Amino acid sequence: MKKLLSGNEAIAAGAYEAGVSFACAYPGTPSTEVLETIAKEYPHIHAEWTPNEKVALEVAAGASYAGARTIAVMKHVGVNVAADPLMTLPYTLIRGGFVLVSADDPELFSSQNEQDNRHYARFAKIPMLEPSSSQEAKDFMKEAIRISERFETLVMLRTTTRIAHSLGVVELDEASEQRAPALERHPAEWVMLPANARRRHPVIEERIRSLRAYSNASSLNITDMADTSLGIISSGVAYQYAREAFPEASFLKLGMAYPLPDEIIRDFAGKVDELWVVEELDGFIEEQVKAMGIDCHGKDRLPMCGELTPDIVKNVISGRDADPIREYALPGRPPSMCPGCPHRGLLWALKRNKCFIAGDIGCYTLGFLPPLDAIDTCLCMGAGINHAHGMSKVFGAGKEKIAAVIGDSTFFHSGITGLANLAYNKGAAVIVILDNRTTAMTGSQNHPGTGITIRGEQTTSLDLEKLVRALGIDWVRVVDPYDVKKTRKEIKEALAFVGPAVIISRAPCVLLKSRTVSGRVLYVDPDICTGCKVCIGLGCPAIEFADEKAHINDMCVGCGVCSELCSVNAIGGGK
Amino acid sequence: MNVLMAGVGGQGIILASDMLSEVMMRYGFDVKKSEIHGMAQRGGSVMSHVRYSGNVASPLIPFRSCDILLSFEELETARYLAYLKEDARVIINSYRLSPPSVISGSRDYPDIIPIIRERTDRIYMVDGHAIAEEMGNPRGVNIVLLGTLSTFLEPEEGLWVECINFMLNEKIRSMNIEGFMKGRQVNIQ
Repeated sequence: MKKLLSGNEAIAAGAYEAGVSFACAYPGTPSTEVLETIAKEYPHIHAEWTPNEKVALEVAAGASYAGARTIAVMKHVGVNVAADPLMTLPYTLIRGGFVLVSADDPELFSSQNEQDNRHYARFAKIPMLEPSSSQEAKDFMKEAIRISERFETLVMLRTTTRIAHSLGVVELDEASEQRAPALERHPAEWVMLPANARRRHPVIEERIRSLRAYSNASSLNITDMADTSLGIISSGVAYQYAREAFPEASFLKLGMAYPLPDEIIRDFAGKVDELWVVEELDGFIEEQVKAMGIDCHGKDRLPMCGELTPDIVKNVISGRDADPIREYALPGRPPSMCPGCPHRGLLWALKRNKCFIAGDIGCYTLGFLPPLDAIDTCLCMGAGINHAHGMSKVFGAGKEKIAAVIGDSTFFHSGITGLANLAYNKGAAVIVILDNRTTAMTGSQNHPGTGITIRGEQTTSLDLEKLVRALGIDWVRVVDPYDVKKTRKEIKEALAFVGPAVIISRAPCVLLKSRTVSGRVLYVDPDICTGCKVCIGLGCPAIEFADEKAHINDMCVGCGVCSELCSVNAIGGGK
Repeated sequence: MNVLMAGVGGQGIILASDMLSEVMMRYGFDVKKSEIHGMAQRGGSVMSHVRYSGNVASPLIPFRSCDILLSFEELETARYLAYLKEDARVIINSYRLSPPSVISGSRDYPDIIPIIRERTDRIYMVDGHAIAEEMGNPRGVNIVLLGTLSTFLEPEEGLWVECINFMLNEKIRSMNIEGFMKGRQVNIQ
């Protein structure tokens, strides 16, 4: 049966067809839909959201040790969080087929960097497959499970945003049987003490040699000889762009991007006049080709930054720029926090208290944009609390107003240890946990604080206040961020407190059914409005300014934050 | 064929482009579709590339190759002119959603029709919002516009209806099919 599937849905289908019985992930664009599809479409696969990617990879390893076919799914920067287990897992014996899905984000559509995770495969010495379409995403997942079991190793399946989120036609097949679990003990292969790990290292080196031989014989790598004046080596979506740009050229398409099939590459290079390696981000393949003593073009001309397009590939290789098309400086439309977002009032209140605001990863990062201009740092998951602590320690207690904001899901992901450190080392920053009861930025996923699993079952729910107190924080307040005046007052008190202070700003994401806003549209009385623009400073998409007055459009959901700020009470309705 | 859909997050572009893709797959084409999820959904610009033919390589439409641009918002139309073929058809929903710089009063909403005319004269305006609101389904603008788009494309009405039925749950099917039909009946000028 044929179906239109995104790369992520196809990976889920591939996992199902490969007999995978265990899948876990932390949500992260562009990888999120793999687990969501498994949870929705494949009830025979156990699925779980884990609090972070390190947990996901370790839980998945346990499932594989028990004999289950297993996948762990994460975005590129998530692999950094999981890098500790990733580096030693290849030393250990894999029982059930075990695949790490890494979804990279060239062009940074929704990420803090555009690192190239293919380096991780080489770094950890594990095989890596790279699909170039939805059909291949499914097929390669199945092949990855087979390789994993045959070579007793973790395998990486690497996608990019254009593979993960593009739709393509996929032919679906029957599912293989899942493997029955069985408890075994393999202390020499599972207990990574120096003596054991020392014996396992040569096993990895030998395995990579065997995998290279496999790669040379594998149908994952396809040579297609046509016009030999131009030969292109490529993989992933870059292959499709090169195909589009040069349909007549000869191609070596690499499905197995590590270890590279050296014999096939040598053979192909010998048959073409001009050789190019077309790949997004780093010259990962190109550098290895050059190390084989083969001359080729690649990153000497192709960009290392951003994603490729058919036009970039065509213009660079042909050496001709198409006539430029006149461009207009149109007003931009950057993403913004939703109308009624509970983060807006909270960030406004922090800003009004003249705080330096260390940010984190989540929707609230959008508070960086004008007119709020409220976020002063954003590095990686959990960094904000630590930034604030480091800065406030340098300045000394009470000298500068240093705060950090972190979402509930991000706090469970990697904020807890930072807060423990802040308390332990007698910090004095104000930490605001933006508890909107979900993982909002990636499309509302549950987490350990929501009391609901990925499949909608009731479960235990972490108590934030108790957790924060247990970490050693005594000054803890819970505020309703829609009550801006009270929130501002609490922030003031927290700033005055000598020692670490935590404010839990609690209101459900406005996209959740449990939201507390009325949904009724507010209005501005034009006879009262003085055009002072205080409400415009909130950056709410529902408030417009024209003819020297504020106007509220129908995107308003009646959160009432603007009416609280209005000094002349010109805003009515709603609540 | 290359069809580009453009608009603002939340306008239902992804669903409309999914439906177009489903129709073309069932009609017998190879289909690829590409768009961006995640951060861009939060009120940002959204575009969805739909490509169909005997065999599609790139999921992205190359510049100067787009046959039809279906735009859900006036200003957004002007962002993607580099993709248009000469004499491409441009269907525009006559609807303006002010971007932040216009909302705050620092910029004016631009007149985009002259800009589009530099690339093509085949411009078709559709008041999707008026039609959707008349039907009492203001959120159904996407399906109305899909109906209008369908009149430019080969597959017959029945296949479109079949796909709408397949992709939507029972409660909202009839409402959406009504919107689709209203979109098909638009007298395009």
